[in-house]
This record gives sequence, C-alpha cells and structure tokens, in this order.
Amino acid sequence: MSDFLSFALVSSLIFSSIRFATPLIFAALGGMFSERSGVINIALEGLMLAGAFTAAVATYELSNPYLGLICGVGAGAVMAAVYAVSVIKFEADQVVAGFAINFLMMGLPQMISGAVYDSSGSTPQIDKAFLLPQFFNQISISSIFALALVPLCWYVLYKTPFGLRLRATGENPSAADAAGVKVPNLRYAAVIISGALAAAGGAYLSIGQSSLFTRGMTAGRGFIALAALILAKWRPVPVLLACLFFGFTEALTIPLAGIRLESGETIPVQFVQIIPYVLTIIVLAGFIGLSRAPKALGIPYSKEK
Amino acid sequence: MKILREILSPLIAVIAAFIVGGLIILAIKDNPFETYRILLANSFGSVKDIGWTLFLATPLIFTGLAVAVAFRCGLFNIGAEGQLYVASFATAWVGIKFGGVVLTIFGKQEDWSWTSLPAIILVPLCVLTAVVAGGLWGAIPGYLRARFGSSEVINTIMLNFIAIAMVSYFTQYHYKIPGDPILQTAPIGEAAYIPQFREYFSFIPPDVPLNVAFLLAILMCVLVYIFLWKTKWGYELRAVGQNSSAAEYGGISPQRQMIIAMTISGALAGMVAVNEVLGFRHNYYDGFSAELGFLGIAVALLGRNHPLGVFVAALFFAVLMRGEIFVDAFTRYVSKDIGLILQAVVILFVASLQKYSKK
Repeated sequence: MSDFLSFALVSSLIFSSIRFATPLIFAALGGMFSERSGVINIALEGLMLAGAFTAAVATYELSNPYLGLICGVGAGAVMAAVYAVSVIKFEADQVVAGFAINFLMMGLPQMISGAVYDSSGSTPQIDKAFLLPQFFNQISISSIFALALVPLCWYVLYKTPFGLRLRATGENPSAADAAGVKVPNLRYAAVIISGALAAAGGAYLSIGQSSLFTRGMTAGRGFIALAALILAKWRPVPVLLACLFFGFTEALTIPLAGIRLESGETIPVQFVQIIPYVLTIIVLAGFIGLSRAPKALGIPYSKEK
Repeated sequence: MKILREILSPLIAVIAAFIVGGLIILAIKDNPFETYRILLANSFGSVKDIGWTLFLATPLIFTGLAVAVAFRCGLFNIGAEGQLYVASFATAWVGIKFGGVVLTIFGKQEDWSWTSLPAIILVPLCVLTAVVAGGLWGAIPGYLRARFGSSEVINTIMLNFIAIAMVSYFTQYHYKIPGDPILQTAPIGEAAYIPQFREYFSFIPPDVPLNVAFLLAILMCVLVYIFLWKTKWGYELRAVGQNSSAAEYGGISPQRQMIIAMTISGALAGMVAVNEVLGFRHNYYDGFSAELGFLGIAVALLGRNHPLGVFVAALFFAVLMRGEIFVDAFTRYVSKDIGLILQAVVILFVASLQKYSKK
C-alpha cells in the first residue's frame, strides 16, 4: 500500500515537474536565441505575459486553442520587435528597455481587458473544450512541443548556418560583420524568435494550465527562465535540465505545503522556492564551473566603432 | 544651455509617452484629453492632494537615489526592491523587539518585546536598522561583482526573490499575530513612530500620511549631491563609473568602489522603511512595495541620475500614481493601469533617446 502511495507520489511529482517546467523551457530557449546573438533579454517576463494574455483573448473569441496559441506567439513576436528596435536601432540600454517591456505588459493587458470585458483583473473563462489538449489527463500538448523544441533548437544553433552566424555575432560581432553577417538583421531575428518562444510559454499558462488570463499570472517565471539559461550556460540541453530541475522545485512545494511535522509545524515553502535563485547566484560566482556569457552580451553594435 | 540639453530628452520622452498612451486610450474608445485631465488634475489641487502626492513621491526619491548612486559607479542596482523589503522587515522587527509591544492574543496578554526603549533612542535605532539592513543586502551583489565579477544585474534580480521569500517566511511564521488573515507583522511600539505633518499643521486633513521621512528624502538628495560631486569619495566612485581601468591606473580600487556604491545604494533603498514602517503603516505589511524598487530605475533614468532630477522625476511619477486612482473611478473604459503604461513608455523612450542626448 505504501509502495503504491510512494509510486503515486513520485509519478505525480514527475508529471507536475514537467508541467511546471513547460513554460520555463519555452522562455529559456527563447532567451537563449536572443542572448547568444548578444542581446540581453530581461523582457522574457513581459513577453510571456503578452503571449498569455493574447492567447487567452484569442482563444475565447475564436474558440480554438491553436489559433489562440498562434495569436499569442504573434503578440510576443510583435512586442519583441518593439524591444529589438529600441535596443538595436536606438541602442537603448538592454536592461532598462527590457524592464520597460515588462512594465508595459504588467499594465497593457489589464487596460485592454478592462475596456473590452469590463474586468481588469482577468479575461473571461474559456470553456474547457477549447483549451490546449492534454494526453492521459497529465501531459499537455504544450509540454510535448517544449520537449521537442530542445533538439530542434540544438540543431538550429549548432548545425545550421543561421546558428553559426548567431553564435559568432554574440561572441564577436565585428568579426562576424567582416565575414559578411548582417549583425543587426541577425539580432532582430534572434530577439523576435525569443519573443515568439517566450509567448508560447506564456500561452501555455493561460490556455493550457489554466483557462483564463489573470493579472501578472507569470509570477516571475520569466526571471526563473533567465536563471535557468544562466545555469545552463546558454546551451539548449542543459537548459532543458535546468528547467526540469526548477520545475521540480516548484512541484515540490505542493506536497510539502500539506505536510505537518510531528511537532505540528508546517514546512515553510519559502525555503524551497528560493532554491533556483540561490543556485543561480552560486553558479554565477563560479563555484560550480564557470558560467561564461556570450562575449558581446549587452553591447550594442554599430559599425563605426 | 547645458541644463536645457539635460532636460530635453526626458521632456521629449514624457511627451512621446503621453502621445502613445493617448493612442492606446483612443483605441479602447475613450477620451485621452479627459483622461489626462483627470490623471493630472488631482495631484496639486488641494492640501490633501499635495500631501498625498508628496507622500507617494517619498519612497520613489529614496529608490531613485539608490539606483542613481550605483549607476554613477557604472553599476545597475535592480535590487532596490529586495533591499527595501529586507530593510522594512528589519525595521519592524526592531520596532517590535525594542518597542515594548504587548499583544492581546485570544484573550491572553503576550509580551513580544525584549525591552521598551524611549522614542529618543528607539527612533534612531530603527532608522539605523533600515539603513544597515538595506546597505548589507545591497553590499552582497556589490561584493559578488567585485570578488567574482558576476553580473550585479542578475544577482540583484535573484536577491530580490530571495528577500521577498525570506521576509514573507519570517512574517508568516514568526511575527504575524496568530489569527490575522493579512500577511503582516504585529505593530511596532508607539515610541518608534515618527511624526506625521498633520499632527502639527491643523490645515492638513487627518487622512494624509505625509511624514518627516519626506524631509529625510530631501536631505538625502542634498547629501547625495554633496557626496558625489564635492567629496573625494564621490569623485573616486564616479571615476570608476566613467572609466574603470583609467580609475584603477590612477590608484583607485574599482572593486572597493563597487562595494561602497552598492552599500550606499542599498542603504538609500532601505530608507523606504522609514516612510513606510515608522511614518505610515507602523508594521511590516507583506507586498507593500508594489514595484517601488523597479520604479526607482525609471525615476533615476528620467532624472538623469542627478539628485535634483531624481526629485523632479519622483514627483512626476507620484502624480501618475495619485491620478491613476481617479482615472479608474471617473472614466468609462480607462483603468488605473494607464499610470503603469505611461511609466513604461517613458522608460522605453528615455532609454532609446540616451544615444542622442550624449552627443
């Protein structure tokens, strides 16, 4: 009996780890494209919100989760394009502009849903039949997309001319430029891809995991994705592992929250919640191998320099 | 002429943001002029309005100065949010432990304090706690940057989450009054309260929480100015920000300056606790900040990292924060999120115009 219980607990932990990891995988892989091209992406959080909101509204209006997902991804790409123009064309500070996008996405969805649906707190509930499908009641189609995306991103990054140019641009843009790479165009593409992917992660939250958009529903996941990206040293397969691990720590808080120790005390979930953040600081300080960012990360490129 | 150039790009950014915001308001079928009138007209119309606006500006001045000082050293302090949370909780903790707080819990008297200090000792002790706690939390990313070269941007973001989780743990498990449905600590001792202006000026309505922390904020603007531009230490700090290797060649240790800058930055962010805990709410209320630390980035940016600019930018943002409540109530479609949207667009434009204002 207890064997069965522990089996049930372990399998539910595994499934919920994958569930929690899904939005992180999308966003972190997205961030990887942008950062490997040399553009910091603090805006992941806001891009996820753009995807989550647009997907929820489109799915509600069109009664089709796939169209909703596409609209969400499109919205993420558009917002990322705004960010890209600001940091590539106008050479705005990438951290500042990224935060501006996050702020904008904390306000704009509420404003629109307040005007359209008379409720700035959330969008209307979507009928269960129109949500992204789940297999065996456990695994969302989004999770499968996310897992499939990892080898695809690996292939694009390491085995295609685009990936080679992308990595070259992030390490040494002048050399890439001299070799004929159009650095700004490549960075635009990378940032827009990152917006589309982060938005797909956000869309999973609103039309996969739940059935509506709520205020600030990403709850810092964009930053956790960023942490996973750093932990993974900007490489696709480690990104998957880091996201699964962070998903696991989030999944762990659920059974932990219910446990009462013999003394009658509950286990504070806060200690589990901070694990990803503490780990990131430790890794960044170089205690577990050196985490080296792409060399040109955060530096705007202009030809005359 | 120099001043004109300094304020030109923030001014353009603000105007551009209002135009973009106006287009958004039009898109949701409301009247931008009417909305802006409501947004801006409720901040200086009466004593009550002015009091509230200055009260809302106070924490923004602290966080804006915090970001500006770090920025002058070439560092990006995204961590003001975490620093002010740690400081606010620590301040409330001292206010409880040394404030003679006796609570009635389920009909029983419980003494949560160690001792009861008089106001003349307790208030300075609490202010000192705010400054030290914020400073220490800010020093961590400064040290990590100086010692390991790891990005203070990422570290401060991570430390924000850690700070918020830790403070919420201590509040929830140790300093909340049992049975209180709200996540907040027990109240601090009355001896730790700092004066609100309404206690001395009868023309100020009783619901205006403006307190002497506002004067502290002004004092800090002056002190930060003197420190940065009139002292050797400030000179060294700015030298590192301007050109780190040149400063090192000139005998200044960039590592040391980074730790100093982040400590001062954290201490300034920590002073938010003086306004919040000692001057206004008189306890630690979980989640009170609502992005004050991040708004500090916007304030510093709009204020061109200068104390005077920070003061003006903080006032402007406070006007938006005050006005958005009225927009929510008195327009058909526009919600209070218009304030946040305008702030975001202002930041985006200021950042994008930076390239041109340097030339």
